[in-house]
Amino acid sequence: MHPIISIKDVSKTYKSGVKALQPVSLDIMKGEIFALLGPNGAGKTTLINMTCGIVNLSSGTIVADGNDIIRDYKEARKKIGLVPQELHTDAFERVIDTVTFSRGLFGFAPNPAYIEKVLRDLSLWEKRNAKIMELSGGMKRRVMIAKALSHEPKILFLDEPSAGVDVELRRDMWEMVRNLRKSGVTIILTTHYIEEAEEMADRVGVINKGQLILVEEKTTLMRKLGKKQLTLELATPIDAVPDGLNGYHVELVDEGRQLVYSFDANAADTGIHGFLKRIGELGVDYKDLHTEQSSLEDIFVSLVHSK
Amino acid sequence: MTQSEAIPQAAETRGTTFNLFGIQAIYRFEMARWFRTLGQSLFSPVLSTSLYFIVFGSAIGSRMGTIGDVSYGAFIVPGLIMLSILTESVSNASFGIYMPRWAGTIYELLSAPVSALEAVCGYVGAAATKSVVIGVVILITARVFVDYHVQNWPVMLLFLVLTSISFCLFGFILGVLADGFEKLQIVPMLILTPLTFLGGTFYSITMLPEPWRTLTLFNPVVYLISGFRWAFFGAQAADVNIGLSLSAISVFLAVCLAAVWWIFKTGYRLKN
Repeated sequence: MHPIISIKDVSKTYKSGVKALQPVSLDIMKGEIFALLGPNGAGKTTLINMTCGIVNLSSGTIVADGNDIIRDYKEARKKIGLVPQELHTDAFERVIDTVTFSRGLFGFAPNPAYIEKVLRDLSLWEKRNAKIMELSGGMKRRVMIAKALSHEPKILFLDEPSAGVDVELRRDMWEMVRNLRKSGVTIILTTHYIEEAEEMADRVGVINKGQLILVEEKTTLMRKLGKKQLTLELATPIDAVPDGLNGYHVELVDEGRQLVYSFDANAADTGIHGFLKRIGELGVDYKDLHTEQSSLEDIFVSLVHSK
Repeated sequence: MTQSEAIPQAAETRGTTFNLFGIQAIYRFEMARWFRTLGQSLFSPVLSTSLYFIVFGSAIGSRMGTIGDVSYGAFIVPGLIMLSILTESVSNASFGIYMPRWAGTIYELLSAPVSALEAVCGYVGAAATKSVVIGVVILITARVFVDYHVQNWPVMLLFLVLTSISFCLFGFILGVLADGFEKLQIVPMLILTPLTFLGGTFYSITMLPEPWRTLTLFNPVVYLISGFRWAFFGAQAADVNIGLSLSAISVFLAVCLAAVWWIFKTGYRLKN
């Protein structure tokens, strides 16, 4: 796979002196879904806005599908669609007019059949003659997506696409994103819903305080940084971790009702067999047990807090 | 949402060097906004100008003598048209670019493959069209109240178009600089309207005593009204030479063009 977006040493310092982004280098591969995670104010939107031409670069270069976003900005921008975080719409415009406007603005000839398809795919066709001000927040979000898709972009930026939308629309959006990827569109999304990234992303980037602290395949990341835990539901609560378990990473939780053993799921020897054997030798009685794996959210929180 | 199949990837684009579709999109969007409020946009300036004609042209004008060979009612026609064009051009263009800044929809223009020239063609083109239409409608309305003849139609139309474009560019700059709706009204109300009133809309500056006559020559609007009036009635009704008037509007146009070009080049008050 070739990078469809190549970001090299890009940084942003605002006139106020605020350094929003330290020099960042990042390649986005063609056809992938890339999730950019980070807390509020981390620099996610700044990076997206710089790639789309909304914010000036302080340093560095960005190439989109072979076109420098400054030198060849027209070619680069034609290939990029953006769904911004905020619902910026023209309240008095009709849905079909604003989507048609977006297509023209990006230099594409009118194509009513294509606009109809986009609106139908987003369940907006019935609302095509409605003014945007008459729509619900979820429908407005769909209009924003329709506008971004109106010029058939190769690259789609979704900046917090599911912020403030209901569960059904979020699921619909995930399906739409997957279908877009199938059609060859590269998708870069930022989200606060880590399960969204976990569900859809091929790769994950974590940005914090303007620094890109990690870029990794999602599955690799979860394998490398993910932890597994074995929880024993004790038959009788105990006061402290038995001395005989000193060699194991064990915690006593739930007021002495649970013993939690953490282990590396990728290690050759997870230690589970020895741990359970030792529990038996110590005469600790348990009535149930289960294992669970840390989520991407756990990994994200741990990464952000450790930096 | 039933994105059941891939969206077709077939599109026709028109040239990477000039985004004609982009200009059309902006132009149509702005004109559509105007048509949505046509009553207010067109009726309001026509009504206020008609009132001027009734009060100054018919009522007071009938008691005034002629200025040169021109009746007073006819004499004020170019000035009143210019008054409307200046204020409407600035208001329309400043509102046109301020609205997307205020609503946040400017993100789409900034992320689109639209050059500074193309954006200006779209926004200023639409605003100038509105101004020219208003100017023509007022011209027709004036005919209801007073009898006048245009001596030089090409020069009259040239002034109409050049003034509209120049002041739309000026309004565009104000719309970029403004950080509130009230500031959009400051220049048209507190600067342009007084300058137009004092620039010879209702009188010839030759009627003023010194030093006011000389001081008035520092008012740039004098040159616009005088040039426009020259096109209607010839040199006898003009306060300054037609060449000077054309030079003044050309210089103003060039300055505004340069300022708009710089704004887009640097992203001043448009981009962070």
